[in-house]
Amino acid sequence: MLRYLLRRMVAMPLLLLGIASVVFLLSQVTKGDPLSALIPERMMSNEQVVATVKAQWGLDRSLPERYLIYMGRLVQGDLGTSFSTRRPVSTDIAGRLPATLELVIAAMIFGCTSGIGLGIIAARFKNTFADSAARIFALIGSSLPVFWSGLILLFIFSVKLGWVSGPGRLDARTEPPPGITGLFTVDSLLAGNMPLFLEALGHLILPAFVLGWSVTGIVTRLIRSSLLEALNMDYIRTARAKGAPESVVILHHALRNALIPSLTILGFTFAYLITGAVLTETIFSWPGIGSYAVSAARSLDYPAIVGVTLVGAMAFLLANLVTDVTYAFANPRVKLEG
Amino acid sequence: MQHDMHLAPPPLLEIAGLRASFRGPNGYAEAVRGVDLTLQPGKVLGIVGESGSGKSVTMMALLQLLPGGSKVTGSAKFRGRELVGMAADEMRHIRGKQIGVIFQDPLSAFNPVLTIGDQIAEAIRLHDRTVSKREGLERAEHLLDSVAIPQPKRRVSQYPYEFSGGMRQRAMIAMAIANSPDLLIADEPTTALDVTVQAQILDLLQRLREELGIGLVLITHDLGVVAGSADEIAVMYGGRIVERGAVEDVFYRTRHPYTRGLLRAMPRVEDDGEDLTPIEGTPPSIWARPGGCAFHPRCVNAQQICAEVDPELRPALATASACHFAASLPPLAAPSELVGAPL
Amino acid sequence: MADLIDREPAATILVRPVFAAPEQHRRPSRGTVAWRLLRKLPPTALIGGVVILFWIICAATVQFWGLPDPLALAGKRLQEPSAAHWLGTDALARDVLSRTLYGARFSVPIAIAVVAAAVAIGSLLGAIAGYVGGWIDGLVMRAVDVTVSFPPILLAMTVSAALGPGLVNASIAMVIVWWPIYARLMRAQVLEVREREHVEAAVAGGAGSFRVLTKHIMPLCWTPTLVNATMDFGAVVLLAASLSFIGLGATPPSPEWGSMISEGASKFYNWWIAFGPGMAILSVVLACSFLGDGLRDLLDTKER
Repeated sequence: MLRYLLRRMVAMPLLLLGIASVVFLLSQVTKGDPLSALIPERMMSNEQVVATVKAQWGLDRSLPERYLIYMGRLVQGDLGTSFSTRRPVSTDIAGRLPATLELVIAAMIFGCTSGIGLGIIAARFKNTFADSAARIFALIGSSLPVFWSGLILLFIFSVKLGWVSGPGRLDARTEPPPGITGLFTVDSLLAGNMPLFLEALGHLILPAFVLGWSVTGIVTRLIRSSLLEALNMDYIRTARAKGAPESVVILHHALRNALIPSLTILGFTFAYLITGAVLTETIFSWPGIGSYAVSAARSLDYPAIVGVTLVGAMAFLLANLVTDVTYAFANPRVKLEG
Repeated sequence: MQHDMHLAPPPLLEIAGLRASFRGPNGYAEAVRGVDLTLQPGKVLGIVGESGSGKSVTMMALLQLLPGGSKVTGSAKFRGRELVGMAADEMRHIRGKQIGVIFQDPLSAFNPVLTIGDQIAEAIRLHDRTVSKREGLERAEHLLDSVAIPQPKRRVSQYPYEFSGGMRQRAMIAMAIANSPDLLIADEPTTALDVTVQAQILDLLQRLREELGIGLVLITHDLGVVAGSADEIAVMYGGRIVERGAVEDVFYRTRHPYTRGLLRAMPRVEDDGEDLTPIEGTPPSIWARPGGCAFHPRCVNAQQICAEVDPELRPALATASACHFAASLPPLAAPSELVGAPL
Repeated sequence: MADLIDREPAATILVRPVFAAPEQHRRPSRGTVAWRLLRKLPPTALIGGVVILFWIICAATVQFWGLPDPLALAGKRLQEPSAAHWLGTDALARDVLSRTLYGARFSVPIAIAVVAAAVAIGSLLGAIAGYVGGWIDGLVMRAVDVTVSFPPILLAMTVSAALGPGLVNASIAMVIVWWPIYARLMRAQVLEVREREHVEAAVAGGAGSFRVLTKHIMPLCWTPTLVNATMDFGAVVLLAASLSFIGLGATPPSPEWGSMISEGASKFYNWWIAFGPGMAILSVVLACSFLGDGLRDLLDTKER
């Protein structure tokens, strides 16, 4: 296992190189003309303007040259300059990262806890009404288009019922809390500002639910099946023979074993979350990386979309690596081997 | 030996008419079909039979440890208390506290992700909430020591897979006796082990029984295992007891063809293995059991009546036997055949 | 606990015999086999199958159903659902129900095309990689590794942004996202089947590599692919709609589900504009899950 982890670590830079190359190539085969994003329509006929802009953005060099320049900059953490915001893409992403992190973390917490809870209920009351209800709730979550469920839930809970706040991270005129972590809920608590915390929470809760619900489905399904498998094991009978009540049997003995195989899908869940985050942020006007990517894609802002894709792929790789490491540490058998 | 007791103590375990059935797609099938057994405190009862004979199911049934969807009827009294139909919460205080269980394969019977110490400590703490986690682990260490596991201090914090098969079974026994139960049920405790380790485990069980006065039910498919350690033997086949009696009576004065078959199939120390004759055929599945005596398709003495009437368990010579021909069974081919039985 | 009860004999039979048609009996016709399989599917899977069938028929024949023109005015604009317009009308006074049903004409062919192309490309590359091995295997699998390192939606966005907005380009982007899954599935299957006796016999009999691969190995490798393709049909519908929602797939007047929801999002208070297409997507994705699950249990693939 250790050797496997090492191999994964070594493969990481190679994969990153592959990813960066693919992304660069994609940005080069573009048919949609990036110039149209840079130059107003009426200036297009002015060759001097076009040439200047091309030179300014490096569009006049040859392909290998551009590749080397691109890679050289990438190594220094330079993702290029956004066509539309005219700021370095890395700056844009860094500025929007906390918003996305806050959303994704909240969604992950909701998705995992509800998924584990529903999975336990479904397994404990297998083939009963509770089982079916839990599974259907989970299945709907992972089948719903988040850009639609977000819309509908926003309409119901914000517009009709007024239980939660509308789009955005805070109300329109509220000043954000002093930035420590960048997560408004955490920062407002650190600043001891309870009203602000509640406001941030009111904005966070619905998008986090919408995004988390899509994870609930995967987690429920997995916990249920691995729990059922674990409950069939001999050590469960031993636990019962020791006089353990059913709650201890399930939560202490079976769940522990069921969680280990479930860990392997953490990375996969993360891909789901990224997909969901892109769309959820768009619906909820959440100023994170996802909505940034969407507006970049809409305006054919290549450096921006390429930058986001690169960062997303890196995060995904990292998530998979973390998954493997966690798995290795959670499973006592793996620890000493290899 | 029972005759010189002036007053019989109340039995530790008294099973009467116990039945257990499993649910299949076409209704229920009986795995245990009316079993009567009695065990006195501090005594050893061996239940012998091939796999599928219902011997494990009988014991799991009275502990309510059968898989969901199974039905248990009849009576099983533990120190006078009825176990059949006992509420789950009440049963919980008997399992592990007053009745300890040792399972066949200690690797799969231990939880792979918890240390041995944690699992033994849990057995203690489940029944005594005043014991702290640390105290529990200390007592686990003592228990491991008492079942002769070397370096118990190091062993408590190890995982099951780090133990050898014999050590695991010792740890299993330590866990089963953690709360000084009155009754220990050992389900094939030695089957997964090497012959030498088998003997050590049996010695350990015997020692514990003597030291702690625990009553022991020893479930096994191997007559050799119970020969040296049991006071009484019940032979099971097809969900019923086919012969029951004191150990030497079953060995020397058996009145049932199935017991005879088992005896012939039993390896003995002086044997070179040539004379071993296993019983032909396989035990019936509970889903397709033959009519009449369940053993008749494999029985060398079978007659017409055996296929039609299931014989009752009746006294015959020294034992009780469920065979139509218990009284008239032909004598064993060579009486010397059984001289070497390891008693 | 396995040794406690005899295993139920009926449980071990499963479905295998249906496939391994015994030689001594008259070989059942294909239709009989299909019918027997169908009858073994759980009701949820059958419902799923019916829903998918409905959308396929809808996509093929909706223009003959006598619905209002999905692109033309059909009364007043922004009307709530009523007897005349079951799902209301949108900002341009078009009938939402009609648009939703016509939406199948985008989603269904796209999903079929994307899944078919991904299966074809992926299976072929995976089969070759698994059968030939060596550097070809290495090359294909590294390409797979790199591709699956991207979160799907970001890769699809980048590709379709690079190729330019439009449904065809979005479809190409989705094929790029999906082929590696099938390459992996097929490679794993081929590696397993390659070792079987009948393959060795064919090789010994002098059959060429290509023939061995296509005639003796690949026909036995389709089960996991079939199950996955069923599930992916729904996933493709969902991602295609997502791309259109972002603005990279279908473009406005088209009654595509994703872009309809996008229009609904800008007319936030008129919830019914987005309701129909959302339910349509949900029904397809759920149906595919149900059917895929049923098929997986039925065909007893080891995945899960």
